Amino acid sequence: MTLPLDPDPKLAEYAHPEKLVTTAWLAQHLGEAGLKVVESDEDVLLWDTGHVPGSVKVDWHTELNDEVTRDYVDGAAFAALMSRKGIARDDTVVIYGDKNNWWAAYALWVFTLFGHPDVRLLDGGRTKWAAEGRELTTDAPTPTPADYPVVERSDGAVRAFKEDVLAHLGGKLIDVRSPQEYTGERTHMPDYPEEGTVRGGHIPGADSVPWARAAAEDGTFKPRAELEAIYQQEKGLDPADDVIAYCRIGERSSHTWFVLSALLGFPTVRNYDGSWTEWGNSVRVPIVRGAERGEVPAR
Amino acid sequence: MTAGTEDLTAGLPPALAEIVEDFNALPVADRLQLLLEFSQGLPPLPPRLEGHPELMEKVEECQSPVFVDVEVDGDSTTHLHFSAPREAPTTRGFAGILAEGLGGLSAQEVLAVPADVGSRLGLDQAVSPLRMRGLAGMLARVKRQVRVATATS
Repeated sequence: MTLPLDPDPKLAEYAHPEKLVTTAWLAQHLGEAGLKVVESDEDVLLWDTGHVPGSVKVDWHTELNDEVTRDYVDGAAFAALMSRKGIARDDTVVIYGDKNNWWAAYALWVFTLFGHPDVRLLDGGRTKWAAEGRELTTDAPTPTPADYPVVERSDGAVRAFKEDVLAHLGGKLIDVRSPQEYTGERTHMPDYPEEGTVRGGHIPGADSVPWARAAAEDGTFKPRAELEAIYQQEKGLDPADDVIAYCRIGERSSHTWFVLSALLGFPTVRNYDGSWTEWGNSVRVPIVRGAERGEVPAR
Repeated sequence: MTAGTEDLTAGLPPALAEIVEDFNALPVADRLQLLLEFSQGLPPLPPRLEGHPELMEKVEECQSPVFVDVEVDGDSTTHLHFSAPREAPTTRGFAGILAEGLGGLSAQEVLAVPADVGSRLGLDQAVSPLRMRGLAGMLARVKRQVRVATATS
């Protein structure tokens, strides 16, 4: 059962307005049959301190990752997770989270790997919902286990592996990390700890567009015209381009993946979730230091 | 093979040993609830530090703005103060553990706390490694401040 689209005029301008809802829409539809709300945060305890009434927590670290293979869960585990959370295949899922929806976008991207038909992001995330004084509760829901089919994960369309990126060198690559991470001055975000990357820099040919450029002050996405000005006019990307986005562990680049694919309607955008933690540490893989995009090595 | 409680608490001061025992006595999911309680129980800053993060040391290993300040009395008793935002309950919980587990110890006792105390809480499965490193960072900075304070007093 699918809920109606959010008719908000800002959303209507995006390429896929069906991928997003406003806080007002969520408040209006909360509790309706067929709507499941998921909170996905960087901080594993944040949901427990108060959440959108009826929402369930999905944790990126313990629930979406496979603990052993350094991969996402498989179809059977995803089906079991959905069942536990009370989510059916035909439910409308709205995901929100902390930190500008980084992990919410990441979760939405993982839902996309399993082809969940109707999954939407809450524009502005947890911060906007709370800032508007909307209800948060510590009451934990007890979801009725749902029937969720085992659907095999399909990585090809929206996920890039290191080998894909190597083959893509010379094509459009967007580095969404901070300028200091891009130049190689540092290997982690300002205010974030070192993460054991041995080399600083970026993938040869990658253009720097820090993820935050897509976000407005209140954490919502900028209107379509402003996003086009950044990605299309300033950076020269064309919707027909095959684009790969990366960051450090794949969460911030999920945010940019969402901007390019859902908001601007680029049909071919992949997220390289191995990102700099893999690339920066890989043996005999080329990097570029400094502010220039750099030469793409001949293959 | 699971480590025995004696191994987990070896070398820990009594209050911290008790916290480690409490965590390990619970199933993993409930350990997060206990961490949440520590987050809620983190004592407020004393008035001289409230609203003055510049007087405290920033814990760079943490993903959120976390600040620590250690005072050491004339009789070598330590007083630990932590500040961590409510939007970062995991980090706040770690600060709460250190505040309760180390509060009132002597400088010597604080310096003797094993650096791997975080891994003894049994939270590795539930909390990302990056965040666990924040706890180690907090402890390391507490010890550094204790060393500085005792070297100059």
